[in-house]
Amino acid sequence: MADDDLIVQRREGLYCPPGDFYIDPWLPVPRAVITHAHADHARPGHDHYLAAAPAEGVLRARLGEIALQALAYGETIDHFGVRLSLHPAGHVLGSAQVRLEHRGRVWVASGDYYVAGHDDDAREHNPSCAPFEPVRCDCFITESTFGLPIYRWAPQRDTYAEIDRWWSANADAGRASLLMGYSFGKAQRILAGVDARIGPIVVHGAVATINDAYRAAGVVLPPTHSVLEIDKASLKRALVIAPPSVQSSPWTRRFGDYSDAFASGWMQLRGARRRRSIDRGFVLSDHADWPGLQRAIAQTGASRVIVTHGYESVMVRWLGEQGLEAGSFATEYGDEQEDRAEADEAAAGERG
Amino acid sequence: MKAFARLFDELDARTATSAKVQALKRYFSAAPPADAAWAVYFLAGGKPRQVVPTAMLRALACERARIEPWLFEECYQAVGDLAETIAHVLPAARSPSDVGLASWIEDRLLPLRGAAPLEQAERIAQYWDELDTPGRFLLTKLIGGGFRVGVSKLLVQRALAELASLDAKLVAQRMMGYLDAKQAPTASRYEQLISREPGAAGDAGQPYPFFLAHQLDHAVGEFDAKLGAPADWFVEWKYDGIRAQIVKRAGRVWIWSRGEELVTERFPEIVEQAARLPDGSVLDGEIVVWKNDGPAAFNLLQQRIGRKTLTRRVLAEAPVGFIAYDLLEWAGVDLRAVPQAERRVQLEAAVALAPGLQLSPIEQHASWDAYAQLRESSRERGVEGFMLKHRQARYGTGRTKADGTWWKWKIAPLSVDAVLIYAQAGHGRRASVYTDYTFAVWNRTPRDADEAQAAIDAIARREPPAPDALQLVAFAKAYSGLTDAEFQRVDKVIRATTLEKFGPVRSVRPSLMFELGFEGINRSPRHKSGIAVRFPRMLRIRDDKPLAEADTLQTLEALLGGR
Repeated sequence: MADDDLIVQRREGLYCPPGDFYIDPWLPVPRAVITHAHADHARPGHDHYLAAAPAEGVLRARLGEIALQALAYGETIDHFGVRLSLHPAGHVLGSAQVRLEHRGRVWVASGDYYVAGHDDDAREHNPSCAPFEPVRCDCFITESTFGLPIYRWAPQRDTYAEIDRWWSANADAGRASLLMGYSFGKAQRILAGVDARIGPIVVHGAVATINDAYRAAGVVLPPTHSVLEIDKASLKRALVIAPPSVQSSPWTRRFGDYSDAFASGWMQLRGARRRRSIDRGFVLSDHADWPGLQRAIAQTGASRVIVTHGYESVMVRWLGEQGLEAGSFATEYGDEQEDRAEADEAAAGERG
Repeated sequence: MKAFARLFDELDARTATSAKVQALKRYFSAAPPADAAWAVYFLAGGKPRQVVPTAMLRALACERARIEPWLFEECYQAVGDLAETIAHVLPAARSPSDVGLASWIEDRLLPLRGAAPLEQAERIAQYWDELDTPGRFLLTKLIGGGFRVGVSKLLVQRALAELASLDAKLVAQRMMGYLDAKQAPTASRYEQLISREPGAAGDAGQPYPFFLAHQLDHAVGEFDAKLGAPADWFVEWKYDGIRAQIVKRAGRVWIWSRGEELVTERFPEIVEQAARLPDGSVLDGEIVVWKNDGPAAFNLLQQRIGRKTLTRRVLAEAPVGFIAYDLLEWAGVDLRAVPQAERRVQLEAAVALAPGLQLSPIEQHASWDAYAQLRESSRERGVEGFMLKHRQARYGTGRTKADGTWWKWKIAPLSVDAVLIYAQAGHGRRASVYTDYTFAVWNRTPRDADEAQAAIDAIARREPPAPDALQLVAFAKAYSGLTDAEFQRVDKVIRATTLEKFGPVRSVRPSLMFELGFEGINRSPRHKSGIAVRFPRMLRIRDDKPLAEADTLQTLEALLGGR
């Protein structure tokens, strides 16, 4: 690795030596640039935070009182000669890629991102946040959560239609539809895409908190209800959106006979669906699939790619075969089974 | 294919039994009989023979998906299922079709077998291009011979019976032999299954559904209260062989295994003996390898079953015998509703007519304690314990208790405490969860906890052990016996203690000990430890004991006894 790299790996996290700041560090540091507000990227305890403006509400909702500087997408600041700007990543509200420019070199750290792999149809954008914006650079640091060719998402409009059909059929049969997904990001993505005319929508408390932050930031979500403010008859026609931790918990008892489902990219695999012991698994991810990753990387025009969290070794070898200079950083983001981290955090969210 | 793929999806999802039956009924009421015939075959456990080698499917999938074999392999490791991996990596279908299941099998898949490899590849690629992901998954399973579905044969029988307003037991009888690979499922065979005409399925070799035993887990002190006096019971040895029925009708002999497989050709000795039975006889019993006046270890029988052709040498090395313990039909009359004691009298008369067939001896003792004592000799006798059958019991269907109970009173498995050293992710439902473990014992008793800890630290530093140093020696693999919650817990520990990854296998810093149970133990020059165990499984996690107290190679030697 060259000595003058714009981003290097340190014990605390990814570090920019000329700018003397970190990106999504996992240990407390003086200055942290945060790509998005998920718990594995936005940790408590830093002295100063810098994040995209739309992330402000969710960040404060999760981390409380922090010294936060918010930057509009595309706005630039200079820090020790490093020119920094944030660009939409399409992952969740306020998610950003970090663009760094120093002495003529441009590096971009992606954080987590979602971009449709098959086409640029606007219907395939994440409807709950600003769409991913390709940023030209010399070196691109990419996530690889779904970095295997088995992960190819069907068009999300088809997935929404599937969810609607399942919900309608349940409503007709007089049973609630419990759809589980991560309370920050996935829940709002579902809300923004389903057909709210089918029936009432009930959300779990952990989801409601985040919804408030989304609505405050101007994201349009259909009306939602707390489980306490809805009568039993309506509940039988309702779509209930809750974090995965509610599965087989006392919270679900009130629904009587209900059908349950889980929305996640991991639902692509039969084994993952069956392990969850759910009626349905909907493949809906806030991460790029294999074609999306390849397309995003190609659009940056980068000749060097550094792969983080996910299938690093696979992506590094594959990119190398495509003639790119590829390496990896060992980070503490996500997990081989990201859904576990999601479940843990959702549980924590309920306690808080 | 679409309708069948949809049914497969519905059955595959976790749904209540009643929902599965509903899904089956929905499918069967709408499916053309020819398609339904094949659906019954596959759902009831019929295995399509492999049409093309899986290596070819892999290569073809790589070519179509334009990925390198190493990348395909990475995908396979993540998915844990070849057909599903292929279904996901292939590009989207370009010429969708909706051909029925029977046509897929008869007009397309069966003719593939024996075609030239190039033509096979061309046609399979074309077929993949007609199907969506669930369809491709099914097709590839069918071509590769690995089709399995999460539904029991009983459930299929129940759905068909409800659909046709028939007794499920009648459907069960008609379905016996349905899976015989020599007869293709046809519309008329399917229609016979659900026909309202009595006796529609009149094949002379039809066996009866097997009556299955329940595990008896009570302490012997509770037997009097639970079972009553020993005099009300037949107590027989439980053999470790293949459960089988001999059917003698119309001058012919059929031998059926419990898996409803027709195994007549594999046991010519028994066919010869059973030919002397009068027509209209059906016997239930156990096939074992019989040597030196006693049953031999199961692995001998297993080796014999594995042979494609029975040479004179195989017949001499592993001669089989049939130990009869029940008579289900005599002089063409169904005896299953007759009490066990009366069937036994008839059985003794029947076996006497066919020299060579053996009669399962009945042990007679005054108390359950006396039986318990005798049961201790099971291992020396090469049996698994006792079978208890009530004298008044009728011969039921499957694992029902409605007709009286058969109990299997097995001896406790052999067990040792062993340390988990390698782990591999499982398949199917357990893909990407570490559920397949390799276990080790110490090569000798550690002097103390410190010496054991030093050996573990050396493993963690990945230092090869000195030749005479204390070390852990791998001796068995196991992947069953834990609950889902326990597997999740162990999976977490494995991820946190991983030392190295070798492809799909992880080595871990030893930290978990398990009590491993197994049915038998033998010397094996093919294993590093010099020992092979049979049916190893995890009995429990030993959180209560330090690793230093795990068992040793000497413990295993002692279990080997004189063998």
